[in-house]
This record gives sequence, C-alpha cells and structure tokens, in this order.
Amino acid sequence: MSGQSVGIVKPKTQHFNQPIELSSGRVLPEYQLVYETYGTLNDDKSNAVLICHALSGHHHAAGYHQQTDKKPGWWDHYIGPGKAIDTDVFQVISLNNIGGCDGSTGPTSINPQTGKPWGADFPKLRCRDWVDTQRELMKLLGIKQWAAVIGGSLGGMQAMRWSLMYPDEVRHCVVIASALKLTAQNIAFNEVARQAIISDKNFHHGQYLQHNTIPRNGLRLARMIGHLTYLSEDGMGEKFGRSLKEGDFKLGSDNEIQFQIESYLHYQGDIFSESFDANTYILMTKALDYFDLAREYGDDPVAAFSHSRCHYYVVSFSTDWRFPPARSREIVDALIAAKRPVSYTEIEANFGHDAFLLPNARYEQAFHAYMQGVAREHI
Amino acid sequence: MRLDLQLIQAWIRENSRVLDLGCGDGNLLSQLRNSKQVNGLGIEIDSGFILDCIKANISVVEQDLNKGLANFQTNSFDMVVMTHALQTLSQPHRVIDEMLRVGKECIVTFPNFGHWRCRWHLSQRGRMPVSEFMPYHWYDTPNIHFCTVDDFEALCRDKGIHVLDRRMVAANNTESQLAKNWPNLFAMTAVYHISK
Repeated sequence: MSGQSVGIVKPKTQHFNQPIELSSGRVLPEYQLVYETYGTLNDDKSNAVLICHALSGHHHAAGYHQQTDKKPGWWDHYIGPGKAIDTDVFQVISLNNIGGCDGSTGPTSINPQTGKPWGADFPKLRCRDWVDTQRELMKLLGIKQWAAVIGGSLGGMQAMRWSLMYPDEVRHCVVIASALKLTAQNIAFNEVARQAIISDKNFHHGQYLQHNTIPRNGLRLARMIGHLTYLSEDGMGEKFGRSLKEGDFKLGSDNEIQFQIESYLHYQGDIFSESFDANTYILMTKALDYFDLAREYGDDPVAAFSHSRCHYYVVSFSTDWRFPPARSREIVDALIAAKRPVSYTEIEANFGHDAFLLPNARYEQAFHAYMQGVAREHI
Repeated sequence: MRLDLQLIQAWIRENSRVLDLGCGDGNLLSQLRNSKQVNGLGIEIDSGFILDCIKANISVVEQDLNKGLANFQTNSFDMVVMTHALQTLSQPHRVIDEMLRVGKECIVTFPNFGHWRCRWHLSQRGRMPVSEFMPYHWYDTPNIHFCTVDDFEALCRDKGIHVLDRRMVAANNTESQLAKNWPNLFAMTAVYHISK
C-alpha cells in the first residue's frame, strides 16, 4: 500500500483563556495548543480522528511544512490519502500536548506569574491532563465524538484513557505498541535517561534557560539510551552489523575506530539534544511511568474497560521489547473479559518499538482495513 | 453455507456471547451476527484470514490455539465453537478441556477419518487418503490428529463430557440416511454439541 502525501501543511495555534485544573491539583491559568489537521471535516463532524503522540512526538504527524523539508511528519507512512488513516475519508487532528516543546504550552513557555520560562516549575502532568486539554480543542472545533482516537506507545495510553474518561465521545480506540502500565524495567530505563539529564552540569535544577544554556550532553545520552531500547537486537544487527564508520583493524595500525552503530547513536543524540527540551523529556517520561490505566478501578483492568463503550484495535510488534506483545495481550485479555469488541494483530517486524512508525506491509493492510471499517460503520 | 455451519446455528441463542476458535475468514461469526445478533469473537493464527475478518468488521484476536486458552476467563462465553480445527491441534484433548472451561457450552466439528472412503483408500491402496476433501499429503498436512466419530465418542466418555446433541453431515442423500445408523462409516463431518 503506498498512498499519497497530504502535501504542504501549516500548523495552527489555539489559545485557551479558561484556566484548567490539572490532575496534580495545580491550575494552568491559560495555555495554547499547536495542532495540524489533514483532510476535511464532514458536515455532521463525524469523521474526526485524533492522533495522540508518544514521548518525543508532536503535532507534525504528516506532510511537509515546506517544499525543502527533508523529512515528512513522524507518522507520514500511515496518514494521507489512501493510507491506513485515509485523509480522503477522515479529518485527522494531531496536536502537540501541553508540557511539550514544539509550540504548545510547556516548560519552555513563559510563566505569566514570573515572566520567566516555567522550566522545572511547570506542573507535573498525567495522561488525563492531555486528554482533558485535547478535549478542549475538540469542543472548540465543534466535534462531539471522535470516529477514532489513535496512538502508539504513550499515545496508546492516552487513547485508552480517552475511552474510559469520555466513553460516549470515542467510537473506536486504536492502541499500538502500548501497555496498561510500565514494567519496573521500563521505568528503570526512563530513570537512567532522566539521571543522564539531571546530572549534566548545565541542568541547573531545571532552570537552565535562565542560565542561557541547555543540558546538551545529558539529553544526548538520554536519547541514546532511549533509542537503543526502541530498536531490536536483530534490527540493529541488520541495519548496522559490525560495520565501521571509521578506521580499520589492520595489525600494526593504531587508528581511531568507530562502529556505524556508534556514529548513528551520536547522530540521533545530537539532533535530539538540539531540538528537544530537557524538562519536557523528564515530564513526559514521568507521565509515562505514572500511567496505570486500572489504578482508580481497584487495579482491575477488566473493571476499567467495562466503563468503555467503543471498539478497540490493538497492535503489537514481535521484536518490540519495551512494549512487547505480552503487554498488548494484557490489554486484549482485559477487553475480552470486559466483553468489549476488540481485534488484535501481532505484527512480525524487525525494528523493535520503532516498528509502529515504519513501513510494514501487513501492519499497513490490517490498520487500513480496520480504519475502512470505522469509515463504513459511521460516516 | 457449509452444512455443518448451518446446523450449528440452531444451537446458538440470540444475543449470546460466542467464541470461535480458528474462525477463518469470519464467515460463521458474520452469519451469527446477522441471524442471532451474537456478540462474537474469533481467534485465528493465519494473517490472511485475520485480514478477512477485519475487513468484515468481525472482532478477531491473533492467537495460537496450541498455546492454550489460559488468557480466557472461566465461563466467560455462552458458546465456544471450533469448526474443522480439532485435527490441526498438537494436543486436541487439552484444547477441548479448555473450551469446556471457558464456555458454558461448546460445539466441535471435525472430519470423520472413519468414513468408508478413507478406509477403502487405506486398505486398497495402502496409502494415506488424499481427496478433494483432504487435499494434503501426509508430510505437509496441517491435519496432524485425525480421529473418527467413535474415537471422539470414546474421548467424551473418558472425560465425562456431556454430548447434548450430535449431527452427521454426509456426502449425499443416500449416505445421509446411512449415517443415521452408521455414523462412523458414513459421516463426512461430525458436529457435536457438548458441555461439562
């Protein structure tokens, strides 16, 4: 399945003057959300699809901002005319969550009470805060019910939370490479990444912007740790093997040697440290760690899902070891026990957690088929 | 529709919760959704069939029956159905145990290896039967645990399984009559309605 590009897209910014009370009890007096839309909203506004982004994601999910952009949005393989999320059929709404660093209110924004960047003082967030702010945008756009809420990884957690918090406003929930809650190992990886940032001498307790600096090395390390856990051993082997970027192993020569995988991690770390905010990284990973879908339902995911009213489609990938198929199965099993309609596919894929972003024939076909069903049923 | 699938419909109540193990392209669940408004779920391992189910708006979960049904709660389905999959399982008796745990009632259909054509093929040619109905060679067949009607009856007796009803599907009208008295010789497909 190929499909077309949505072409050139332009982000929009929406300001909200109504204060919003967050799950921490703190109040955000005002905030803004930056978002993009692809496709056309139909007359009865029944074809709207919400995309929830993952840890380092943002509103730019598909298409290009300018002709000269080297890369399209982060989920361009799956959003566009004729693609899995078909913009000839749906209007897709993709936003940058609050707490983010791509235009929506977050730690790099100015705290109106101090006139300085929020930095580490930005309120702690939970998934539900994102759901509530996404819902404010939904109301503003005049949408009463999502045809589907879709997300991968941390985005899948938001999609599930949507289905429990506002069951009447979600018809379909697509949960990709996600989990009911993180395991200890998963939290551990996040904590190592956070410590890399916090222990950078330029972190300044999170107020680095006021010191006109950023914890570049910490962010770089955090991204490298994250990145290697998003790939699989086989996928890395296939892509990089033991090939060298620099030098050789000739006896008698003392040259500098660099493996391709080292060079790749450095490159990823460099890009990320220049473009992502350290406080956002800490805030997002903590929201990820704190998420536990069933916590308020007596720790019983079956009881949790019995509050939902939508259809679910759950997808996992064979070599994903951060959100492995077993975690998705827990979601599926709870949905079955709660008598909710659910379909589940376990996709053979070589690229670990990142597989949810990458081209894969079976994933594309199944996802496309499911979304066509969503369109047939209700629109 | 296949005759065994038609027979099954009679045993399924309206609005019941139905689990179809090895649901294929979702044909049975689709029929049951239309005729009985069931809340159905299919289990399938073949990616092509899974795609067919999704296209037909049938809830389908990718799962290998050979790994058991431990993830399903006891008595969580009104009916657990398994059509023409028994003979492909590595431990069919265990799966039947699990079906009876998960479902209040169960339906099992299987090809009868005791059919006279199979016996004739084996006795006259001395070779494993290959027919339109069973098109595989012994080495590439997914059907690794063939049984006869009498074998299945014996298993039910040994396990204390209640046979609520049984129907035999035959190749033609004549054999259909004969299958009433001699199911083990004339049934092509056996259809069993069982419970704990």
